[in-house]
Amino acid sequence: MIITKEKPLQEILGFLKPYKKVLVVGCDGCVQPPRSLRESERMASLIELARSSSGQPIQISATTVSRQCCAEGLQNQLNVEGYEALLSMACGVGVQVLNSVFPSIPTFPAQNTVFLGYEVKREGEMFENCRACGECMLGETGGICPVTRCAKGLMNGPCGGCVEGKCEVPAEIRNWKGEVVQTLKNDCAWYLIYQRLKELNRLDLFRKLRLPKNWGIAGYPRRM
Amino acid sequence: MKPFSHLMKAISEGKFVYTGELEPHRSLDLSEVESWARTLKEAGILAANVTDNPRSDSAISSLVASYLIQRNTGLETIYQLRTADRNRLALLSDVLGAAALGLKNILALTGDHTRTGTTPSSKPVFDLDSTGLIALIHRMVHEGKDLDGNEIKGPRPEINVGGAANPNMDPLEIEVLKLERKAEAGAEFFQTQVVFDVEVARRFLREIEHLKVPTLIGIFPPRSYGQAEFFDKYVPGVRVPRPFMEAFARFKEIGDKQKRSEKINEYNVEYFSSFIREVKREKACAGIHIMAVGYPEVIRPLMESVK
Ligand code: SF4
Ligand code: SF4
Repeated sequence: MIITKEKPLQEILGFLKPYKKVLVVGCDGCVQPPRSLRESERMASLIELARSSSGQPIQISATTVSRQCCAEGLQNQLNVEGYEALLSMACGVGVQVLNSVFPSIPTFPAQNTVFLGYEVKREGEMFENCRACGECMLGETGGICPVTRCAKGLMNGPCGGCVEGKCEVPAEIRNWKGEVVQTLKNDCAWYLIYQRLKELNRLDLFRKLRLPKNWGIAGYPRRM
Repeated sequence: MKPFSHLMKAISEGKFVYTGELEPHRSLDLSEVESWARTLKEAGILAANVTDNPRSDSAISSLVASYLIQRNTGLETIYQLRTADRNRLALLSDVLGAAALGLKNILALTGDHTRTGTTPSSKPVFDLDSTGLIALIHRMVHEGKDLDGNEIKGPRPEINVGGAANPNMDPLEIEVLKLERKAEAGAEFFQTQVVFDVEVARRFLREIEHLKVPTLIGIFPPRSYGQAEFFDKYVPGVRVPRPFMEAFARFKEIGDKQKRSEKINEYNVEYFSSFIREVKREKACAGIHIMAVGYPEVIRPLMESVK
């Protein structure tokens, strides 16, 4: 199970400022409290109201999917044609999957992912892409999480270890004894962030100076 | 910018400066690096970096080494401090400690990941990155506070903080944007990775001119063909120009050891003095950072040839 907390509306309005046609995407999966169609519609109407009262009207609609953490499912269930940006009501995993399935438009997070539970059943390889840091920064990083996907968790990368887009720290695949059976090159998260923000014409976000993260809110064990 | 160190004073007076590099090891014994420091000082090097667990290979505290070298040899040190091994409390402690010991320069680094070094079992820190550390030191020096707003009692530390830069980054745009962040955070000088190709250095210096941060270009005169080849093949992003590699390949064939090193020294002095004369013309270039670790014979003739 994944616990999220809604971001302040001001922060969300800031993400959506340059865009006039937006789709809010809910998730019927494990996120708690529920962030499904009803919550997405409520979010859409809050944004619509705020934008029209500030004289910058927006066309915004809401939908939901069964799970934002399944790329295949998103491809089949979601049609984003005509939208300039997506706003995800799901956890940091979902925001990143939406960004990778629909790369031509940015997906912004509406939630701070507070922590992740786990599932015992596993189908195929799994990738870690959210550590539930409690202060989601995907809105500034092109929907790619540096907290989890940068080996050093840097705020202002890439570091000097990024060569031809690859990280200085390799991915080590281990067997059940813990022995390394394969060493692969990992993508440098910050290089991916740079490429994506450049494609989206948002290098202003890449350029932004980011002060160190507040780790106080991610201290474990947590409770809600 | 308020210059506290000899290095920053010289730069702000418009002097073209030279810095060197010292690498203490996993040992209490600093006699070798101190003799090195004396060689650098006699050759006219203004200050030298003291490395902090370079390549994530643990070594004696760079704070202590920076202090002892500066005290025992009179060469000003640039205390390298990496965020890989310390959180923001420990970093603040060390910055205050450095100021109390009279150190005036810090080079803020992120550092290689601990998994790539000799102690991969360690838990890495990276609470801040190099840019965050620059911001912390800037705030301590100029506002007497840490990043959470906690006040420093009594006098503020008097330290000039610098950052590393990589002219070999491809695309260079990434590096320029990164350096814009570092400048905004309060970086007062930059020292670069090794550059061999004068065109690479020139292009980089022009791209960052708008930042108005004095920049020292890093060079590394190689002592042998093997070393030159190492840079060309294995150091990320570094390209050694073909004529340079060809010359070193010819030197490799010289049987007489003495004669071979004479030729190599001669070539290095000629190549790098013309390199220096070229980059010196660029507005953003405040000096040269010579990283010829373990090759003292080249420093003095090189320094004399560019006087
Ligand atoms: S920044 Fe990363 S770790 Fe933090 S909530 Fe967002 S996706 Fe998760
Ligand atoms: S190379 Fe990229 S992903 Fe790896 S530690 Fe550096 S910035 Fe992070």
